[in-house]
Amino acid sequence: MASHAIAGHDDGHAHTHHTTTGLDNRKIAIWAFIGSECMLFASLISTYLIYKGKSLVGPYPHTEYTDASGKVFPAILDIPVTSASTFVLLMSSLAMVLALQAVQLKGTPLPANAGWWTRAQRSSQLWLGMTALLGASFLGFQAYEFTAFVREGLTIKTNLFGSTFFTLTGFHGAHVTVGVLWLMSLLWIDRTRGLGPQDELVVDIAALYWHFVDVVWIVIFTLIYLIQ
Amino acid sequence: MATLAAPARATAPASTQSGLWSWIATTDHKRIGTLYLWTALAFFLIGGLEAALIRTQLARPNMGFVSADTYNQLFTMHGTTMVFLAVMPLSAAFFNYLIPLQIGARDVAFPRLNAFSYWVYLLGGIFITLPILFQVAPDAGWFGYAPLTTNQFSSGPNIDFWVIGLQVLGVSSLAAAFNFITTIINLRAPGMTLMRMPMFTWMSFVVQFLLILAFPPITVALVFLLMDRFFGTTFYAIAQGADPLLWQHLFWVFGHPEVYILILPAFGLVSEVLPTFSKKPLFGYNVMVYSGIMIGFLGFGVWAHHMFAVGMGAVADSIFSLMTMLIAIPTGVKIFNWIATMWAGEVRFTVPMKFAIALIAMFTIGGISGVMHSSPPADLQQTDSYFVVAHFHYVLFGGSIMGIFAGIYHYYPKITGRFLDERLGNVHFWLNFIGMNLTFFPMHFSGLLGMPRRIYTYDAGQGWDLFNLLATYGTYLLVIATAVFVWNFVRSRTRGAIAGGDPWGAATLEWSIPSPPPEYNFAQIPTVTSRYPLWDLKDPSWHEGEDSHGDTGTPGPSPLREETETHTAKSLGIPMPYPTAKPAFTALGLVVMFSGLLFLRNDLFAVAMTVTLGGAAMLIGGLYAWLTSPLE
Repeated sequence: MASHAIAGHDDGHAHTHHTTTGLDNRKIAIWAFIGSECMLFASLISTYLIYKGKSLVGPYPHTEYTDASGKVFPAILDIPVTSASTFVLLMSSLAMVLALQAVQLKGTPLPANAGWWTRAQRSSQLWLGMTALLGASFLGFQAYEFTAFVREGLTIKTNLFGSTFFTLTGFHGAHVTVGVLWLMSLLWIDRTRGLGPQDELVVDIAALYWHFVDVVWIVIFTLIYLIQ
Repeated sequence: MATLAAPARATAPASTQSGLWSWIATTDHKRIGTLYLWTALAFFLIGGLEAALIRTQLARPNMGFVSADTYNQLFTMHGTTMVFLAVMPLSAAFFNYLIPLQIGARDVAFPRLNAFSYWVYLLGGIFITLPILFQVAPDAGWFGYAPLTTNQFSSGPNIDFWVIGLQVLGVSSLAAAFNFITTIINLRAPGMTLMRMPMFTWMSFVVQFLLILAFPPITVALVFLLMDRFFGTTFYAIAQGADPLLWQHLFWVFGHPEVYILILPAFGLVSEVLPTFSKKPLFGYNVMVYSGIMIGFLGFGVWAHHMFAVGMGAVADSIFSLMTMLIAIPTGVKIFNWIATMWAGEVRFTVPMKFAIALIAMFTIGGISGVMHSSPPADLQQTDSYFVVAHFHYVLFGGSIMGIFAGIYHYYPKITGRFLDERLGNVHFWLNFIGMNLTFFPMHFSGLLGMPRRIYTYDAGQGWDLFNLLATYGTYLLVIATAVFVWNFVRSRTRGAIAGGDPWGAATLEWSIPSPPPEYNFAQIPTVTSRYPLWDLKDPSWHEGEDSHGDTGTPGPSPLREETETHTAKSLGIPMPYPTAKPAFTALGLVVMFSGLLFLRNDLFAVAMTVTLGGAAMLIGGLYAWLTSPLE
């Protein structure tokens, strides 16, 4: 055989971009991006863990610190408040799932006896807005936390804990900020021209990013806040 | 049936567009590849000039050709330029030009992101190179060890350029890597299974994964350094309890995979050249793929062999020593497979073939001295000496650069439609080969006699004089060799012999289309049924009695053809991406945004904010315009 090694192949309709896997290019790219982001956060978190307990002066995350003048700095991490913000962020992931479902369901007829929940499930604007709002609330919690820490005497310059903590959680916060802006752009598109099942991929990619940022927070919350 | 005679006609224009703006706005992977090639060659010349100045200073004991301070800048910029601005982008030139052609695609997955990568590279490269003209170039070595690079020890703006410049260049590499991963996974022609991909594409595929996994750690290390330098954090402040090895670990977690990022594309290129000029399939294709993947994996587990001298302890030293010895196995497998590829082949000693064979020989020398370093007791004698300099120049010059020259001589006819002059090429090869060995072989001796690297001068009578003088003569030979190459490269664009579509009798898809390729690459997307489609086409029985080479035995659906005519994309109804300068504009915004930080050094906070926010506005505006405009 083999004489037909390079055969002319009509790739059909020129405008339908056929791909090898059948997946959209953007879907593959976002997974590659997330893989790369894993290494970014792994490096940040490792540095935090390597420097854990190495600070020469306080305030410390989990223990009290008394400085040379006798001033007492209590353990600085506020776990109840951060647990609340963690819950908010986790709920935003749930809202994101519902937003994607709403986009997928757009256009399928509602059953005649549909209740309020069935109707609510069809509103992509509601759930996109909800996700963005919950994400923004998480950022609000973070802003509160940062301000409180600075007021209690912990800045990014104070000690190794301050440098690693603010940089790590700041990087995560920047990722949440990008996510909120992304979701608000989707919401804006939804309000102007409406998102439908044909836009599923666009919403799906935003959702992948959003869930990733959430998962990173679960790791950070466990390693930095919960484990003493 | 196709006629296989190369059409003897003048080269058709690769693209209907011309002029400066068409280059700024291009989204064609071939034109972007060409931009990468020219830019990287320019930086290669700058890096080479720096090397020549370094060697002139070291020619004799106690020379005063340059000051110690300038010398620090020269060796730092030589390393930084060669690694980040010459060898990586030369590889990127081939990724851009060849990957879509080798897998039978019309472009990369994200043509505009591709343009963005190039412009970030160019602007970042200029950003990090310009300061040398004002004597404020980075001066702490290409691996910029902190705390040496913190404000305490490097208070000038030199390191600022380095930190910001590398951060910017990282964005370029990452964006390109996401693009090529997607391209290789998703845009292969029908029948182009993973195990039928040309070896260059395979090695590039491995490199893209190394890039996306290795760049984040250095990004984080650079962010820490940037924050320490500009915002007073304590990541590298030893007095505050910081670990002096933090930078070294983060840097080498990147730095060792980086070594394979530099060498694997060259391995891929010679794996194309050797079968072509031996008229035999690559020996042990599958094993070549697996060993490439193996090198990629193991490459992440050997970083601390750069740090044997810092006192990590016997356990860590032993583990990293073991891993380093292990990585020699897949590398050795590749060398034996290349030799076996040539064995009993109809070997043609063309210039690209000579460079490819030189890679095998020279890389083996560098590889063996590398295995010597894997033993911590031996490494303690050799570390930070000229022996190490000899080692990594044998792998980077003897490996990467030889491989890249093999690639340039091999693919120049495809890119330009004309051959590089073979006679000048031979002169270049032999001068290069002799010059390289004369430069770097004596360094083994001066290193073992105790000459430390990075010293700007030395006293006579330590047994180093002769070796240094020889190395300097060798460098001058390399300068002459490179001049011959540049002359050949420029001259052959208009005077070289017409090449035709398949001048070497090669086997892979990129040779089935005219040279230079039309902007749409393939008038019809080919269907592939084996690893060596063009050889199947010329002689259906060429591999009878051998293994199947990925051949499934299913004939293609229609008569085979080799494309010899050039149409326009429009006449064929192929949609092409619009030219757009938005990616270039966005790249400019990114660099402006980062450069605002420089003003913080002089406490010009308002200026810094203005420049940074202005750059951010350009970045966001450019990105918005880019994302909301249609691709094609």
